[in-house]
Amino acid sequence: MPQPSSLKAGYNFAYLDEQTKRMIRRAILKAVAIPGYQVPFGSREMPLPYGWGTGGIQVTAGIIGPDDTLKVIDQGADDTTNAVSIRRFFANTAGVATTEQTEDATIIQTRHRIPETPLQAGQILVYQVPIPEPLRWLEPRETETRKMHALQEYGIMYVRLYEDISRYGHISTAYDYPVMVNGRYLMRPSPIPKFDNPKMDRNPALQLFGAGREKRIYAVPPYTSVKSLDFKDYPFQVQKWDDCCTLCGADDSFLDEIITDDAGGRMFVCSDSDYCAKRRDAGHSGPNPGEAATKKIGEAGDAA
Amino acid sequence: MYVAVKGGEKAIENSLDLVAEERRGDRDVPELTIEQIKSQMALAVDRVMTEGSIYDRDLAALAIKQAQGDIIEAVFLLRAYRTTLPRFGYSAPIDTAQMGIQRRISATYKDLPGGQILGPTYDYTHRLLDFDLTEENRNGPAAARTAPEAVNDGEIPHVTDLLNHEGLIQQEPETDEDAPIADLTRQPLAFPAGRDLRLQNLARGDEGFLLALGYSTQRGYGNNHPFVGEIRMGEVSVEIEPEELGFPIEIGEITVTECELVNQFAGTADSPPQFTRGYGLSFGKAERKAIAMGLVDRALRCRELGEEPTAPAQDEEFVLYHTDNVEASGFLQHLKLPHYVDFQSELELIRKLRAEYMARRQAAAE
Ligand SMILES: [Zn+2]
Repeated sequence: MPQPSSLKAGYNFAYLDEQTKRMIRRAILKAVAIPGYQVPFGSREMPLPYGWGTGGIQVTAGIIGPDDTLKVIDQGADDTTNAVSIRRFFANTAGVATTEQTEDATIIQTRHRIPETPLQAGQILVYQVPIPEPLRWLEPRETETRKMHALQEYGIMYVRLYEDISRYGHISTAYDYPVMVNGRYLMRPSPIPKFDNPKMDRNPALQLFGAGREKRIYAVPPYTSVKSLDFKDYPFQVQKWDDCCTLCGADDSFLDEIITDDAGGRMFVCSDSDYCAKRRDAGHSGPNPGEAATKKIGEAGDAA
Repeated sequence: MYVAVKGGEKAIENSLDLVAEERRGDRDVPELTIEQIKSQMALAVDRVMTEGSIYDRDLAALAIKQAQGDIIEAVFLLRAYRTTLPRFGYSAPIDTAQMGIQRRISATYKDLPGGQILGPTYDYTHRLLDFDLTEENRNGPAAARTAPEAVNDGEIPHVTDLLNHEGLIQQEPETDEDAPIADLTRQPLAFPAGRDLRLQNLARGDEGFLLALGYSTQRGYGNNHPFVGEIRMGEVSVEIEPEELGFPIEIGEITVTECELVNQFAGTADSPPQFTRGYGLSFGKAERKAIAMGLVDRALRCRELGEEPTAPAQDEEFVLYHTDNVEASGFLQHLKLPHYVDFQSELELIRKLRAEYMARRQAAAE
């Protein structure tokens, strides 16, 4: 059976050759120097498919050293299949220590979440980015969007948000919610829920974003201002739940909804599996941790 | 319960085992060999080499075997391997006028210097399933009437060169031989793209996508009245010129298919009416790909020729960003990855919007 461990022989540390890593590090340095600006880079074909984290993997491969401790999450959890697959890739090609503990990791590669546990200075959060361009749904041409960034011409995005409000009474973007970085560049935070957006602002950790297929790297240096777009009379708000985590009782974390039967039963659990486990270890428990709490849709107040 | 929702190490291992099992199939049937694929699935090998952008029949055959015949998956395997290879140097341009010709046809001249050579082609096969092939015949069909022999009588001129004598075809712009050549495997695409970058992109591009785009130009979406000036297929030698030597040395031979299209062009205020060119080149015998590439190349030259771009095939960003099937396949299939968090965010929003909508309706009814 094809074991990925065979990969290790004949390949460089962390898979990429040193020239490629140098090219990636140069792009990262430029990205850090111009927060929120998308730096084109010579993205390589990786042995994992485009769209499955190749940008994040290349960034991680560019910065990782033998002494690093790596954590990989997808949807907030360490045990989702693609997170497992990427962690195995680095364990096999770089032989680095891996962890599920947010505070023990020096590098955290993530898809779609920022950990609930606050990050520390010295840590690096690497985001996997599918589409780096925040204006892409509004303008499909790269030649145009590059001009718009150069001229800081972001009116089109505000118009979109305004149209949402006039049509629905709310801004109808629930994830990948656009942010302004350092008061200059409009940036796409990758498809994290807007719940996570406030965590990006003045975060002590370095935040790096890698888009492999689109061949762009961008960054938010530590302690940089990251502001979610909004209007004075429609301030930015994050999602809230009426429920708490069934397992650990947390009411401050992002909750995944789990369907428990075919009659509308559901329960909520922390999307951040490490955060949830830590709370349970510390003695916290939810309303019904032993068995799935079931609740019929409609019983919960639907207005959040 | 909850953890079961998420996958894990064990699930991945089981999945890898299942793939290996399915790949091997019925163990009473002999296993496919790389040699068999190379010699009997040669056109699949050609396509995988072309889109995988590496000329290596053994590796392409291995990729096809490993991918259970899934051509795009095989291209991906080859590309992922290719990026790990060091670059020792760059070859001199291949000279297709010196090709050892296996096939050479022109749709514009009945006869021409070098002649027409039909060679191996499906063109005149009747597409009737040949049930004789269901039985293995160790002796094979009767030996070919005449073993195909590559024709190499020295230089065989290109049709476009013949037209050039009369000044009837657009001259290719002079290029500086020492100018760097774009390489999208090292630098990301940038626009406007030069023709070197466009041709590299198209050569690696998905045959199906280029086929459809080329076809669209024939149906009026950017029509440019193409003629197949010439298709030639055969062996060309590849030379490199190591700096320490100062003269070129041959490092091997590759089989390529080259297509030169001759297209109508009315001319502009600045240039007289003349024919224009579209160019396609593929590894091996990938003629359909080479023609499609030529059509799209010509369509993308609209700006250079002062034509108003109106059709998808003339739209440089649209075409060049979407030719790569490894990129497209990966991104399309990433939809299979969990999106619990995004979906949860949408659920929360849609419930909120619905609750407000219901409240408004109720208020209106009262
Ligand atoms: Zn929890």
